[in-house]
Amino acid sequence: MEGGVVKKFLYVNRRAPYGSIYALESLEVVLIGAAFEQDVSLLFVDDGVYQLKKGQDTSGVEMKNFSPTYNALGDYDVNKIYVDQESLEKRNLTTDDLMALTYEDEDDDYAEKPSIRVISRDEVADLMEEQDVVLSF
Amino acid sequence: MAIEVNGKMYETDEEGYLANLNEWTKEIGEAMAVADNADLSESHWEVINFLREYYDEYQIAPAVRVLTKAIGKKFGKDKGNSKYLYELFPYGPAKQACKYAGLPKPTGCV
Repeated sequence: MEGGVVKKFLYVNRRAPYGSIYALESLEVVLIGAAFEQDVSLLFVDDGVYQLKKGQDTSGVEMKNFSPTYNALGDYDVNKIYVDQESLEKRNLTTDDLMALTYEDEDDDYAEKPSIRVISRDEVADLMEEQDVVLSF
Repeated sequence: MAIEVNGKMYETDEEGYLANLNEWTKEIGEAMAVADNADLSESHWEVINFLREYYDEYQIAPAVRVLTKAIGKKFGKDKGNSKYLYELFPYGPAKQACKYAGLPKPTGCV
């Protein structure tokens, strides 16, 4: 998309990873959309924070465990992954319960850096405010 | 659809991708290549095996841009470019190599 307009896209993920198709669909749209080289951020709020939880086991629900795929986001240059602090706290979760997603910073000798940033409700509001496109799943 | 290898039938989708990736063997990959009139060298297998490892780790087949970058990182810059990969897999490196690797078609690939 050389010379194309780069817009700020925010994908908001609100639902638990399994039991509906929303989480997987959102992830697939993000991966496909990555080809268009836009400015992409992901936000996880409410039960959506469970999508990033470590050690997911789907053997009881007969759905594919797609959680390893979140680790590929860095390869797709998707490295702004925001998690709502309040949603974590309400579910007795901390960042230690989440997968340690990382990306390689091309501008810093490919140093491995964390992609996940935990933010407050105020920061969530600011984040949404600055977007061109917000897609909710 | 199905493909026959050593007298055994393996189910594929309408584009020839293996239905069950756990059934995959090297021989199936070779048989698929023969059906496409392609000859698989060590260089081809380097990419095919890499895709299987990537899938094993991330549960997806990488987009061609991601594959190119990752191949360059692992095997060197002379291999991490689309010219090299398209010479090996003229039908599209991600698409064709994934098929021989027994993986589903890459996400976002049309």
